[in-house]
Amino acid sequence: MNESEKDASLKELIQKPTHAIYRWLGDRIFMTVVVLLGSAIIMLAFGMAWVLYGEGSQALREFGFFQFLSGRTWDPAVQLQFGTWPFLFGTLVTSIIALAISLFPAIAVAVVSAEYAPKWLSNIIDNLVQLIAAVPSVVIGIWGIFVLAPWMRDAVYMPIFMWADVNDPGLLPILGSPIGYGMTTATIVLSLMIIPYTTALTKDAIESVPKEQREAARALGATRWEVIRMAVLPYARGGILAGAILSLGRAIGETMAVAMLIGNKNTLPFSIFGAGATMPSVIVNEFREAVESLHLSSLMLIGFYLFILALVVNLAAAYITRKYSITAGKVV
Amino acid sequence: MKTLRYRNIRDKVMESIIIISTVLVLLPLIIIIVHVVVHGISAINWEFFTEELGSPSRAIQGRPTGLVHTILGTVVVDFMALALAVPIGIGAGIMLSEYPDHVLNPTLRIMNDTLNGMPAILKGLFAFVLIVKPMGTFSGFAGAVALAFVMIPIIARTTESALMSIPWSLREAGLAIGLPRWRVVLSTVMPAAKTGLVTGILIGFARAAGEAAPLLFTSFGNNYLPNNWLGFIFEPVDTLPQRLYSLAISPYSEWHSMGWAAAIVLLLFVIVCFVGARLLTRKKFQTN
Amino acid sequence: MMENLTKEKSLTSIIDTSSEFQFNGVKSTASDMKIRMETKNLTVMYGKSTGIKDVSIPIYDNKVTALIGPSGCGKTTFLRALNRMHDMTRIAKVTGEVLLDNKNIYDEDVNPVIIRRKIGMVFQKPTPFPTMSIYDNVVAGLKLVGIRKKSLLQDVCEKALTQAALFDEVKDRLNDSGVSLSGGQQQRLSIARALAVEPEVLLMDEPTSSLDPQATTRIEELIHTLKNDVTIIIITHNMQQAARVSDKTAFFYVGDLVEMGDTRNIFTKPKEKKTEEYLTGRFG
Repeated sequence: MNESEKDASLKELIQKPTHAIYRWLGDRIFMTVVVLLGSAIIMLAFGMAWVLYGEGSQALREFGFFQFLSGRTWDPAVQLQFGTWPFLFGTLVTSIIALAISLFPAIAVAVVSAEYAPKWLSNIIDNLVQLIAAVPSVVIGIWGIFVLAPWMRDAVYMPIFMWADVNDPGLLPILGSPIGYGMTTATIVLSLMIIPYTTALTKDAIESVPKEQREAARALGATRWEVIRMAVLPYARGGILAGAILSLGRAIGETMAVAMLIGNKNTLPFSIFGAGATMPSVIVNEFREAVESLHLSSLMLIGFYLFILALVVNLAAAYITRKYSITAGKVV
Repeated sequence: MKTLRYRNIRDKVMESIIIISTVLVLLPLIIIIVHVVVHGISAINWEFFTEELGSPSRAIQGRPTGLVHTILGTVVVDFMALALAVPIGIGAGIMLSEYPDHVLNPTLRIMNDTLNGMPAILKGLFAFVLIVKPMGTFSGFAGAVALAFVMIPIIARTTESALMSIPWSLREAGLAIGLPRWRVVLSTVMPAAKTGLVTGILIGFARAAGEAAPLLFTSFGNNYLPNNWLGFIFEPVDTLPQRLYSLAISPYSEWHSMGWAAAIVLLLFVIVCFVGARLLTRKKFQTN
Repeated sequence: MMENLTKEKSLTSIIDTSSEFQFNGVKSTASDMKIRMETKNLTVMYGKSTGIKDVSIPIYDNKVTALIGPSGCGKTTFLRALNRMHDMTRIAKVTGEVLLDNKNIYDEDVNPVIIRRKIGMVFQKPTPFPTMSIYDNVVAGLKLVGIRKKSLLQDVCEKALTQAALFDEVKDRLNDSGVSLSGGQQQRLSIARALAVEPEVLLMDEPTSSLDPQATTRIEELIHTLKNDVTIIIITHNMQQAARVSDKTAFFYVGDLVEMGDTRNIFTKPKEKKTEEYLTGRFG
């Protein structure tokens, strides 16, 4: 085939009607496939809500939306009475306290990494922080069971308990039994596990602070900390807020480590050191053993409530992130 | 008035406080890793990789036990999940980045983030209702579906940002030489974004591989090897995170130490994925 | 092309161009030429590349000194060395001396924080702190040193805003956010903030480059009145602006100080060929 023939055949190929179909149809098919795959995700999210709601509807009919929410009795054995308040309470208390504990250190890590540490150290810190998020929850759980909980019992809970026993026995019911597995231990582990989310978003936000803002503060005679306090952190507050809310969402949904450490107690009142439960932990503990369909349905309904809670928290975080638009397209 | 001395001291004090905070955050991580490594190495042995678990009495009587069925089960379930998740995740990522004007995209983005933020345990419940209930049995397949739900939003998100990082001019160049759009995406944009795509898949894979909660109600767990390979798909299957949980909360000290061994294997696996993803990302930045 | 031009011709063109300039009419006599700052062999290195090299110039009290030269010539590097802003950049290394009232600001015993209070700075882009109100922006520097007395802060705020010719425009909305102002107003707010701490020297890095002509005029007028209170060093890309606002002009070219002198002399009879070429628009 010489050159002119080649040209001719190429021309023919381009002008051939099959080629147009190849282009048009190819694009059509490709787009359809892609859109179908994308829609699958949308359907998954809706499907999840729908399925959880559907499965929980028996319990919902039996107890009603708000009675189930506020019901204080969870008795799968005798009365078959189900109310999720103890678990909602446990979830909110552990998550919010964990967030409160972790917020300052999480921001501090981001500030050190972005403002103080040289590049190489900052890389190491970032990787280690991301590693905290990568360590499987069950691995942290087994460490908690065999290392942290016994240590906390001997080094912290028992001394305080003994002290209260001597000085103010009235405190004992509030403190709860110092077995090591309970609300405090779970909350401490939780606070460590949620740090990476706040740190990542805070660091992104700090790095997006324009150089001019820092220099303006410096030029006014601000010390290094004053620059951070005056120009950097206020500017980054959107990212910090979004990160904190995201961390809260992770805390609410964190399952395994909490289930392994919280002691699993289904009835209020929970005490400070004593056992408790959260919405995910009760699902983990009871789902496999649930026989009664109403019990199963109640657990599913807890799942549905958990879905709503996580949805609200995630949408709030998404709204704030978008509003301040600093981490668009980033996975944390 | 604050004296300069006071301000300088406060500067140093704040610096110390935040550096100490950083150490306090990173120290537990180091402690956890050290404990897992120390306990895990002393518990791990050859039988761990060759024997199945069996009943608790087997371990108590000191007969050889191990988690070979768990490791195989994990491999099967995880890769099955990956096979399910990659097409959907990549497809959605392409939709978000290559068809930015598509009417469904804002919804997709929100739903994907929502799905990503959902507790994994809910994905387990969802897969339970979707697969376990109709099939009438817990199965490796159900576990894979649940894990796929964990991977999908992560892969979709990373795919989107990997494709977005490819300059628009590359696509225009492809279109200009007469390539149809789908060819531009598949043979120009995707190869250019290869590292980012692999990194995303690796991150999603690592995240899912560490999840136990979705597997408890789907692949359930099994103390024995199945009779044939199909058993890994259609029967209850053991997986590392779920087995680790069961071992840790069991009353047998022999199983506890096996739990540590499972922990070191799982941690090692996740860290390898993590480091792999980091190295890939770093390489990407170097070549760019 | 440069070589093609005869000496006479290029000189004429300088005079032609410069005749369009309006010089500010301050007559300089030897007596009011007090040296406020002085650099001696000031060199800034970024790693291995040179920012500026061996720059020695005097800065006269209550005068406006303009720094001119093509982009990347080291003007900004020089300016930032005058209040130790390079301390923030890890790779920048400063050698030589910068004397403020005959004291080297790079001496061991000098705290850069104090230096920056005495030597204020205004940047190319307006830099109001976005989370602060107009009022809080102006008094930010005072709050740093712990001044909390409301009446005092209000007085200073009003004075600084008046000095910056902004008070009348914002006096009814001092509690609005600083970023709610227009670009020119934001820049005057930045100037007011710098003035509130009563600096002795004010460094201005192309303060009008992001502003429209009207706002530029206001800032130039402002510089004119401000020099009664502070010594001003201003970087500008705009030759007319340098001619209008400054008393002294220093011309930089690739990290070197080419020449410095009275603005009128630099613009009408530059000693160096490079200066002449730059002023006549041969490059830059």
